[in-house]
Amino acid sequence: MTVLRKARVLLTSYYAYMLEYRAELFLWALSGSLPLILMGVWTKAAQSGQFGLSSLDFTRYFLAVFIVRQFTVVWVIWEFEKEVIEGRLSPRLLQPLDPVWHHVASHVAERFARMPFLLALIGLFFLLYPQAFWIPKLGNFLLFLIAVILAFILRFLIQYTFAIFAFWTERASAIESFWFLLYLFLSGLIAPLQMFPEPVRNFVLWTPFPYLVHFPAALLIGLPVNLVQGFLVILGWGLLFFVLNRLLWRRGLKQYSGMGA
Amino acid sequence: MSIVVVSDLSKVYPVAVKEPGLKGTLSHFFRRTYRSIEAVKQVSFEIQPGEVVGFLGANGAGKTTTLKMLTGLIHPSAGKVRVADHIPFRRKPAFLQQITLVMGQKQQLIWDLPALDSLKINAAIYGISDKDYRQRIGELTEMLSLQGKLNQAVRKLSLGERMKCELMAALLHRPKVLFLDEPTLGLDVNAQVAVREFLREYNQRYGATILLTSHYMADITALCQRVLVIHKGQLIYDGGLDDLINTFAPYREVQVELAHPMSETELSFYGEIEAVEGLSVRFCVQREALTRTVAKILAELEVLDLSVTDPPVEEIIGRVFSTGVGS
Repeated sequence: MTVLRKARVLLTSYYAYMLEYRAELFLWALSGSLPLILMGVWTKAAQSGQFGLSSLDFTRYFLAVFIVRQFTVVWVIWEFEKEVIEGRLSPRLLQPLDPVWHHVASHVAERFARMPFLLALIGLFFLLYPQAFWIPKLGNFLLFLIAVILAFILRFLIQYTFAIFAFWTERASAIESFWFLLYLFLSGLIAPLQMFPEPVRNFVLWTPFPYLVHFPAALLIGLPVNLVQGFLVILGWGLLFFVLNRLLWRRGLKQYSGMGA
Repeated sequence: MSIVVVSDLSKVYPVAVKEPGLKGTLSHFFRRTYRSIEAVKQVSFEIQPGEVVGFLGANGAGKTTTLKMLTGLIHPSAGKVRVADHIPFRRKPAFLQQITLVMGQKQQLIWDLPALDSLKINAAIYGISDKDYRQRIGELTEMLSLQGKLNQAVRKLSLGERMKCELMAALLHRPKVLFLDEPTLGLDVNAQVAVREFLREYNQRYGATILLTSHYMADITALCQRVLVIHKGQLIYDGGLDDLINTFAPYREVQVELAHPMSETELSFYGEIEAVEGLSVRFCVQREALTRTVAKILAELEVLDLSVTDPPVEEIIGRVFSTGVGS
């Protein structure tokens, strides 16, 4: 019960916090519109070339990517880095709750606060392109929901693991910047995985990247995916980063306290 | 039974050393050299439940490092610490429930939300029941005179109000041991007095133990019967406040604003001159002679303003140190 209460209070408080930034939230939601720009590029290209996907497929794919991105935005590394450098982590460490839950709560709450903007943007999109409208099959939609939640968890775990390096270096976010480059190209954010040469695609499917964007997006629009491999790879990387995360956290705390907290 | 037991506590930090200039920067980048700094050296003391103890020392003397070891934020390099029957560094929930650390220059409240939201979070984190929560909020609001302030965004509050809210958040779980690092830093005199009064009342009402650092002598004199003085990492005094002041600061500072300029020779007639700046003069006067001297100054000189203050804590500590009195 106390766990539920903690979760409820943290979520409602951080939800209130996020609502303080309504205007920013709207801008943030808009700033995730890179997929919509790429949509324009690809649908144009699909009209003149052979890609195995129609221009309608591209339109839906990038809209799905846009939606997935909205659900999986993670910024914990910048917050955590600031906390470590400014020493604000110290008081949190003296509370009987792992500080990570504050970050988890603020991310989850932000999703809810962002929802109205997201729905409005999707609505606007279909008003402008009614021919792209589709209703996903229920099964696909449920799988998409699970996949997008897992994508968020995996992305959070990975970024939080990098964030812990803030205990050793003042610029842990540099790691994230490098990682983001790989993410950009390998996740399906710039092009659907179908566009990759076969051997590259087979390799990439064992990395965590496609499961952060392509996998849930493909589920939503009904592109073929390997479900078993997909969920197993997510689970594998998730476990790996979880263990790594806890190990680094313990060593990092020792380092932090050694340097004076 | 002592609630805080510290014996031979030491802390050594590695500090990266960098020479100035480009050459220094480059060699710092490729081969970092570290120097050890002994922040705390073999400190030992005990505190009984319900005591209010002042912890004095100049900047960098090792106060904050000691507080961090007592709360479990940092691991001691050597020596033993026990607080409320726990080893702090393990940071067991049962231990964390009993202590609090307030750092005057750091805040834990969420800046853009009313303090009540942060308080609610704390209540959930510490597992405080709704009934206790309401009762404690009511009680603390009254003790801190924060009526009507708790539902304003924290960023809109004055520094003093914010500090009071910080105290409230730090005390909601009703800790037995309070570690306060400069709780009145930067506050105006009224707010300082309010915080001080609150701490005194909190100590009396709940029998809480308080270890407090401050740069303001008034904080210490108002609250503490006992003080610990730390200098360059070493504990150099542990005893009553009266003894400390009488022994090491048996004088007051008298600040006088004159109507007409006077020569130092004329002024020296009234007491030992510390500084003269235009029309304002600062005397250093022995305590026994204080009333007599002030009366004389007021009677014989044309004075616009006169104030009597305690010498700064640093000065007293400096004296304690130079006199070489051990604990």
